[in-house]
Amino acid sequence: MNVLITKQPFDPWQQVQAYQSEKLSAGQYGATAVFVGTMRDFNEGDDVNAMTLEHYPGMTESYLEKISAQAKDKWSLLDSLIVHRVGPLQPNDPIVLVAVWSAHRKDAFEASRWLMEELKSNAPFWKKETLKDGDTRWVEKNTEGY
Amino acid sequence: MKIQVRFFARLREDYPDAPSELELAADACVRDAWLAATGNVQPPANVLCALNMEYVDWNHAVADGDEVAFFPPVTGG
Repeated sequence: MNVLITKQPFDPWQQVQAYQSEKLSAGQYGATAVFVGTMRDFNEGDDVNAMTLEHYPGMTESYLEKISAQAKDKWSLLDSLIVHRVGPLQPNDPIVLVAVWSAHRKDAFEASRWLMEELKSNAPFWKKETLKDGDTRWVEKNTEGY
Repeated sequence: MKIQVRFFARLREDYPDAPSELELAADACVRDAWLAATGNVQPPANVLCALNMEYVDWNHAVADGDEVAFFPPVTGG
């Protein structure tokens, strides 16, 4: 299980591959479920030029570690990886990666979905958008996942 | 007792002059910390509270040395 909060741009596919090579035992995992969230250039009918992601250092990491441990209790998982970007972002930048490894697809699919929804609902991150005209605004709430 | 107070995101901008440290009565709860930090503003319904980096409700007791945080609905991912 690993959680990483980073100010640096990251390549989610490279992260999955690197983590898998380093931490997973070849032949043990039969299912890898991956969710990647990417920054859009539009929201609520407006063009968005940039975004800043704020978090609560310490609480954000411990919350993500807690749900990773809970997922391992709820499903039969081999490992999980959560990477989340903070700081200034540009459209098309990956924001979040949730990857889950298990022997069979049911556990990987369900756990990755659950982790992502828990993260969206409770992990202390906040988005502030910069619109095309230079105005900034806080995103008030996330869209429903179900 | 003395506690630390933190505001995040929009709330940090709404209360730029809020103190980061508060002196509270021994039986104070999270709501008392908010009221003391904001100058008795009634807390908006959607504000979330954390005590020592765990979610709590407004009536949760605080203790000397605690860190209380207030923030709006989260929007990560």
